[in-house]
Amino acid sequence: MQPILEQLWIIPLLPLLGSAINGLFGEKWPNKIVNSVALGSTGLSFLFALEAVREFVFVRNQQFFRKEYFDWIIAGNFRAGFDLQMDQLTVVMVLVVTGVGFLIHIYSTGYMAHEGGYYRFFSYLNLFMFFMLILVLAANYVLLFVGWEGVGLSSYLLIGFYFLRKSAADAGKKAFIVNRIGDFGFMLGMFLLFRTFHTLDFKTLFDAAAPMASDAFGHLGTLTAACLLLFMGACGKSAQLPLYVWLPDAMEGPTPVSALIHAATMVTAGVYVVARSHILFTHAPTAMLVVAIVGCATAFFAATIGLAQRDIKKVLAYSTVSQLGYMFLGCGVGAFGAGIFHLMTHAFFKALLFLAAGSVIHAMGGEQDMLKMGGLSRKIKYTYWTMLIATLAIAGIPPLAGFFSKDSILLSAFQSENGGGSTGHILYGVGLFTALLTSFYMFRLIFLTFHGKPRYDEHHVHVHESPWSMLGPLVTLAVLSVIGGWVAAPALWGGEDHFANFLGPVFGGAEAGSAITEAARHQLELTLAIVAVLAALAGLGVAFWLYIRQPGKPAELVKSFKGAYTAVYNKYYVDELYDAVIVQPLMWISTQVLWKAVDVRVIDGAVNGVAESLSNTGDAVRHTQSGNTRSYAVWVVVGALVVIAIIFWPALKPALGMVR
Amino acid sequence: MSASLIIFFLLAALAILGAASLIFQRHPIHAALSLIVVMVALAGLYLLMGAEFVAAVQIIVYGGAIMVLFVFVIMLLNAGVEERTNFSKMASIAGWPLALALTGVLAAAMVRAGPTVANPANPGMLSDTATLSTLLFTDFVYPFELTSFLVLVAILGAMVLAQREQK
Amino acid sequence: MVPTIYYVILSAILFGMGAIAFIFKQNIISIFMSIELMLNAVNLAFVAFNQAWGKLDGQVFVLFVIVVAAAEAAVGLGIIILIQRNRQSLNVERVDQLKL
Repeated sequence: MQPILEQLWIIPLLPLLGSAINGLFGEKWPNKIVNSVALGSTGLSFLFALEAVREFVFVRNQQFFRKEYFDWIIAGNFRAGFDLQMDQLTVVMVLVVTGVGFLIHIYSTGYMAHEGGYYRFFSYLNLFMFFMLILVLAANYVLLFVGWEGVGLSSYLLIGFYFLRKSAADAGKKAFIVNRIGDFGFMLGMFLLFRTFHTLDFKTLFDAAAPMASDAFGHLGTLTAACLLLFMGACGKSAQLPLYVWLPDAMEGPTPVSALIHAATMVTAGVYVVARSHILFTHAPTAMLVVAIVGCATAFFAATIGLAQRDIKKVLAYSTVSQLGYMFLGCGVGAFGAGIFHLMTHAFFKALLFLAAGSVIHAMGGEQDMLKMGGLSRKIKYTYWTMLIATLAIAGIPPLAGFFSKDSILLSAFQSENGGGSTGHILYGVGLFTALLTSFYMFRLIFLTFHGKPRYDEHHVHVHESPWSMLGPLVTLAVLSVIGGWVAAPALWGGEDHFANFLGPVFGGAEAGSAITEAARHQLELTLAIVAVLAALAGLGVAFWLYIRQPGKPAELVKSFKGAYTAVYNKYYVDELYDAVIVQPLMWISTQVLWKAVDVRVIDGAVNGVAESLSNTGDAVRHTQSGNTRSYAVWVVVGALVVIAIIFWPALKPALGMVR
Repeated sequence: MSASLIIFFLLAALAILGAASLIFQRHPIHAALSLIVVMVALAGLYLLMGAEFVAAVQIIVYGGAIMVLFVFVIMLLNAGVEERTNFSKMASIAGWPLALALTGVLAAAMVRAGPTVANPANPGMLSDTATLSTLLFTDFVYPFELTSFLVLVAILGAMVLAQREQK
Repeated sequence: MVPTIYYVILSAILFGMGAIAFIFKQNIISIFMSIELMLNAVNLAFVAFNQAWGKLDGQVFVLFVIVVAAAEAAVGLGIIILIQRNRQSLNVERVDQLKL
């Protein structure tokens, strides 16, 4: 008896209905009605998702489920339908999306209460939920791509929600265009896969790919190429190097949007795609190494930029990019389960961080610059404690969630042998150093925002705690950040890695192992875990020393390392570089070549030229009608001559030869 | 050189001279008289070919009626020496070459088709008026009736045109 | 015996001369007379071919041409009279109201 599971389409459809109703009719409704529609649809979706998961786990005993609902594309032998599937990976994703999404919807009712366009916000938010659910539930690449594009669209709409502000509109455009570049790679990957396997359905494709021989390392085989192209799409959507530039700008959108889309769900779509295609990736070691290196590099790169930012949301944005790098690092070394685990814990604490930041901003009346805050810990207690919990989680302090997930990834990276023996060690080293940086900048954020003396004018800004509609989700997410990691505590700590066991049937055997004994493994795990905790504490310590003990030191350091600081503060001028190298030449080509030369001269010239030549011809022919009868007489003779010549042509032809 | 050939050349020369005179005379009455000379020459040529009825009709109708009509009109309108204004550029530039080309094309066509133009089996044989009239009233009765109708229309038209305006 | 081709060439020459007169004369009546000349040239060709072929169709056609020329002359001269009344001139270049 699996009624809900059979009708999986209900789960994405409910938010779509909510979006349509709010969008079409919500303009005149009071906030309460818009709320009920939006929260109702998302909440019901969450409940149905829970029920579907229950049926999957207990009624079907976790047997793979897939159902075709209707045929969408049928062309020859190719079929892409509206097919949804449920396996263990989907369970994780769908619960994260609907659960965290629902919490953020609740939060938004409080945060956006006084904003204009309230109904529009919830319509777009529900639309996003619909597309994201399509993305995670899809059973073939084509439907996944529909969701992929759709979340990009929703992201554009929501980033540019305050569309009257030019920076917001520009940020929305930037997000969509950079995403598009990644989508180009994704589509090429899909085409290549179709050409090789003649289907894009997950089950059929992966079953066909599993027995194939792996591509040799360094050899650009079909599978490697396809994986690299899919990864290019993932880079765009999940903001990795070099397509990460849109995510910091996306902070122009309202804070709940940043929390939902750019922390918990949309940006994780890339990781999901890589995890879903793990069979293809494990057959392409080159691609795996590329994924791992890009992920690691992005993690480090973004962390360095986050060190110097002043806007609280920008710090969190770069932190998101960095943590996504960790997830790709995990997938790249074969630990797909660890990558997904980090995705889940990251959803919890990053959403919490963003929502709490929103609470701070709301309390400060719109101020986002951390250097203008300070001493808020006593005034907004709930926000402070939840944010502190999230920071401990992201820094990797045990026993909170982030510790277990990050540790799992670093362990797998250390043991990785792909690309030569010491590659894994290098990846581990960089990842460890990044963990230190992460801890540092997150605690810097805490100390600057909540501790020390207030650096704002207390008479103008009235700091007040947020309403419970906003605090409720904060507390919920804080609890999840604490206990969320316990489902995967490795045997070392006395727990069983339930998470990996759960995902085992999906990723079975994909973990990169190495030839060491059980005891040695435990030894290694313990050592690495202790090192990681020490790194996190080191970061905390440095931040504490710089911002609490010696508040003047940061300014001194800035002066000493002026060059490095400026580079980092200005995000290494990457945006300016892209602008100069790519955008400006394109604009130049569009204006000078395509507009002025082609459009004006060639196309308009041809059209106008035809008209002008006709006009000129008419002008010339006009003179034949002069009114002068003798001229007409001449024309008559000309005509007669022509007719006579035509009639006598056979006789005249040889005569012409004589004349010549 | 047979007699008919000599007569032909004489009459041909007369016709051409008459035509040349038509071109170069400045007073229309002189032109009319030249045209009459051409017609008489042509009538002679018809006789040479044995078409006596046509020759007679040519003199009577063409020369006796039509040209007389022309002379009457010239007299009625008091036409004087031709006034030359030469507005038409086209005629000045293209006139001569065009006319010569026309003549040339016609002549060339005829000459090239020379071998197919048969020489008469019985040159100078008088054609039979009776046969001609039989032909006219049997095979060609339809065009005959039409042309008579045409003449009627022409008469009416001429009368209408020449009326003075009714006050 | 005169070869038919001589008659035909004479006809062509007369036709050409009629065309020249048609182009270069400026008195309306003279132009009309040149048209008559061209018609006569054509008649000559008809009769010549009639003699060559032996049938009498050519002469019948000549008769028709003459009748039509007569009708045309009648009406044409009527028009010329009207033109003289309206424009007070017999110069064909003064009749130019139909221009653009």
